[in-house]
Amino acid sequence: MNAKLKAISGELLEEDVELSLGELCQVCRLSQDEVLELVEFGIAEPRGRQQASWRFRGVTIRRIHRARSMQSDLGVNMAGAALALELLEELERLRIRLARLQPAGGKGQE
Amino acid sequence: MEYKDYYRIMGVERDASQAEIKRAYRKLARKYHPDVSKEANAEERFKEVGEAYEVLKDAEKRAAYDQLGANWQAGQDFHAPPGWDQGFEFRGGSSRGDGFSGASAEDFSEFFESLFGRGGFAGHGQSRQPPQGRDTHARLVIDLEDAYEGASRQLTLKHAEPGPDGRPQIQERTLNVRIPKGIRQGQHIRLAGQGGAASGNGKAGDLYLEVEIRPHALYKVEGRDVYLDLPVTPWEAALGARVKVPTPSGKVDLKIPADSKSGQKLRLKGRGLPAKQPGDFYVVLQIAVPPATSDAVKDAYRELEKVADFNPRTGLES
Repeated sequence: MNAKLKAISGELLEEDVELSLGELCQVCRLSQDEVLELVEFGIAEPRGRQQASWRFRGVTIRRIHRARSMQSDLGVNMAGAALALELLEELERLRIRLARLQPAGGKGQE
Repeated sequence: MEYKDYYRIMGVERDASQAEIKRAYRKLARKYHPDVSKEANAEERFKEVGEAYEVLKDAEKRAAYDQLGANWQAGQDFHAPPGWDQGFEFRGGSSRGDGFSGASAEDFSEFFESLFGRGGFAGHGQSRQPPQGRDTHARLVIDLEDAYEGASRQLTLKHAEPGPDGRPQIQERTLNVRIPKGIRQGQHIRLAGQGGAASGNGKAGDLYLEVEIRPHALYKVEGRDVYLDLPVTPWEAALGARVKVPTPSGKVDLKIPADSKSGQKLRLKGRGLPAKQPGDFYVVLQIAVPPATSDAVKDAYRELEKVADFNPRTGLES
């Protein structure tokens, strides 16, 4: 097993991936009705007005996974999961900003 | 095999009521849920709590567990005494019917299995592999330089797979993953078909990798933009200067304009993380004041005080 492992490439959800409604259903293994409910609550946000021309950003997959696992594991309903997601995303942005504003490594000039 | 103290894991007394146990579980599940928590060992703790709850929420399993006695210590080497579960009947598998059970039976410990069998059944070794493989998630920690240049990283993943006897066995596998140039903190790579295996002809799940950029000694990253705190002397800031500045893509010659202030940001356009629209590199000026360690320096400060007529606190006066 010393052979060099071939490097595999994936897709970057944030940039490479855009999905139609049908594709999103397939990737997330959900029925169309289930995805429509996620759209209604803003967990999945399509671009485009007609359902047939809807396009979802790749990160929608990750949002759906998170929302569904919070629903099944923490007992929150759809609205609660949507709220939790938005707050978590905001928290992540703020954490990154905070890390940038804090002095590096605790060392350096006083 | 190690004994697990489910009461301690849940942080409740041995005589806790079912309502107390449920409350404790809900609180811990929120605290350690891998999609919510930032605790380092969140996933592990979440599984442990789920397993403890699986036992303690069920009156029969709890009674059987209690019967082992209170004298066991967490981590102590444990073998189930023969016939320990006589007279108990465990119904149903892992009881997920209440829509509120985080742990999945495949993740339970050997200790749990030795008591209750796989997935909460006594004695059933049947594989519960789903027809389609599960989607799995993992974290991929990379260096900022990898994000600038692109790289390949080996990643070892552990997962449970049914062995020849149908019992889950921990398997390790190593993947060599290509990291695309310009990837940012928190982005996700999807590797189709690299998730959980399927039973029979089903499709394997997908693997999602969440990218984390390791904190760098010099640079801070926010989105595509990269920041460097640059110490400068008061005279460099006041008079202007040219200084050599490191960036992840090599050193640059930076012109500090005259009359610069501390905290001022100088932008090097396009020297942030590469992308179609690359990020910018910001140099944040930090004016470092030379210590007055010699008479000559003290004299120079006194001279400056005389000639500069400078009060930085004018804004504080009402």
